[in-house]
Amino acid sequence: MSKKFGPFGGQFIPEVLMPAVEELEAAYNDAKHDESFQRELQELLQKYVGRPTPLFHAQRLSQSLGGAQLYLKREDLAHTGAHKINNALGQALLAKRMGKRRVIAETGAGQHGVATATAAALLGLECVIYMGAVDMARQQPNVLRMRLLGAEVRPVESGSRTLKDAINEAIRDWVTNVRDTYYLLGSALGPHPYPTIVRDFQRIIGDEARHQILEQAGRLPDLCIACVGGGSNAIGLFTAFLDDPQVRLIGVEAGGQGIESGHHAARFADPRLGRPGVLHGTYTFVLQTEDGQIAETHSISAGLDYAAVGPEHAYLRAIGRVEYTWATDAQALNAFQTLARTEGILPALESAHAVAEAIRLAPTLSPDSILIVNLSGRGDKDLDTVTRSLSAGEHSYGRLS
Amino acid sequence: MNGIQHIAEVFETRRRQGRAALMPYFTLGYPNPPLSLEIITAIAQAGADLIELGIPFSDPLADGPTIQHSTQVALEQGMSVKRALEMTATLRQRGLTQPLLLMGYLNPALAYGLARFIHEAREAGADGLILPDLPLEEAAEAETLCRENGLALVFLASPNTPPERLRRIADHTTGFLYLVSLTGVTGARSKLPPDLNAFVERARAVTQKPLAVGFGIATPDQARQVAEWADGVIVGSALIDAVRKSEKPVESAAHFVFTMHQAFASSSAEPL
Repeated sequence: MSKKFGPFGGQFIPEVLMPAVEELEAAYNDAKHDESFQRELQELLQKYVGRPTPLFHAQRLSQSLGGAQLYLKREDLAHTGAHKINNALGQALLAKRMGKRRVIAETGAGQHGVATATAAALLGLECVIYMGAVDMARQQPNVLRMRLLGAEVRPVESGSRTLKDAINEAIRDWVTNVRDTYYLLGSALGPHPYPTIVRDFQRIIGDEARHQILEQAGRLPDLCIACVGGGSNAIGLFTAFLDDPQVRLIGVEAGGQGIESGHHAARFADPRLGRPGVLHGTYTFVLQTEDGQIAETHSISAGLDYAAVGPEHAYLRAIGRVEYTWATDAQALNAFQTLARTEGILPALESAHAVAEAIRLAPTLSPDSILIVNLSGRGDKDLDTVTRSLSAGEHSYGRLS
Repeated sequence: MNGIQHIAEVFETRRRQGRAALMPYFTLGYPNPPLSLEIITAIAQAGADLIELGIPFSDPLADGPTIQHSTQVALEQGMSVKRALEMTATLRQRGLTQPLLLMGYLNPALAYGLARFIHEAREAGADGLILPDLPLEEAAEAETLCRENGLALVFLASPNTPPERLRRIADHTTGFLYLVSLTGVTGARSKLPPDLNAFVERARAVTQKPLAVGFGIATPDQARQVAEWADGVIVGSALIDAVRKSEKPVESAAHFVFTMHQAFASSSAEPL
């Protein structure tokens, strides 16, 4: 298994973790080729998660935009309300297979934390979730869910008290308890083999979507769009289409308050801050100061509020296979409301970034073109944030219609 | 004399004297840049044989709360890689003769430019580098650059490092081999890990290079114990704690290091 994607990826970790990632790689390779493991996972994905998730033709939204036909890959309908469960279940099964009784994870929006707590409950594993104190405040419902699922949620008070700091603490726990603890990393980042493992467990999104669009529309899509924090839902959707050069792939980063403001999490969009570097064990694009200190990030969506991007995305951008753009907080909020009113779906604010790009692009495309948007999660967890942002008057309901 | 030779000479001298080398760690810029220079100068006079100088990083994931706090404060005080190198040069100008090892995470060095960083570190008077998030597999370029500049590149091994890997790390390390005493982050612990002696013996079996033990060593008694097994003892968080709690940080740091120094002296079977 290659440790790098071109120049990106690798294993930039303390020595104490090297035996752990080597053990993980060996266990994963073994499980990957073990039919009984794959069968168990497939069965859980089908009967517990509810896969395949639907691919839904959003006709009213398509009509109102007057361009491309929009199809939504409904990962929000998966158990626990986001794509995160695909990876959490896969890795929790792996942890159990490796004889680890304790799993730890970081979470930003709380979706990965909920998914991990769920998988741990299902498989009878002890579970500790690290979450930045800022994120705990803005994603309260998910904190409650994790606790109800039997997980211990540990607030992280260091640094910016968001996802980056939660990962730091999770890694420190892992370093300390490496012999009996499995680190269930939630996105396609971190040291090898995590970016590969997470991609493999998430590629079911794209595999299903490819099959479904062929069935429903009789041909491949022209365009696939997904939001990119660490980038697991995006890599999950894109992987199935990488060898179809006619399918344009677009990743959408968090533009926050705008690129010029410096308050964003768009690693690829801002050459002042986004440069190749090392964070959390991987060489990739990282928002950082001139001195190489990791920059503070901002996004209305906790799940995209992270300074580094998965290394495979850095590679796919470098070779020109995937395009990356960004949507601001305001655009995401608008997209959230638009989707709610035209299709009756409240998307996660993360996913709303992808919807925003679809709304921007669709009118420029012909009505017979096909666009798939990954609706990576549902928006119930964001009601508080959305309500407060709207009542602050920054983004009135009326601007949409 | 290059950095590797300088480090070797100190360990050799101590070995001949039958005692371990004391290597305090201190964060450059803590509690502020001028005071950190005073503290480091004072610990150099109080009995440090080598000194590890921490370059602050925003996300020190191998460090516990004490060193995290110190690097955070140092960054708030305007520390940067450039200033860390300037301060290293200042310490040399002030007459520090001990080997100086710069300890820092990889990203600030990459942002500075790895080749430039390593060249300027040597120019500033550093003798070696410790990069805790740069394992052997990723280190080829840094190894070449350090060799060209006569700088030691110190690798770390931990108690869970498998035997074959331990041998490879020992082969590659220059200056000394840094043994992480426990699986965990930096920070004072009330007890030494029970398997520490066995770990040092495992490392001894695969290399002739000096072995220095760090992480979790806080008290003179612990240091004295480790000094009986290893060639060097690294003390960081406990020193920073002593500074943090003190109203006279320079004196407290010097006293802390002197006490550690004395602990070794009394443990020595050979006359000094």
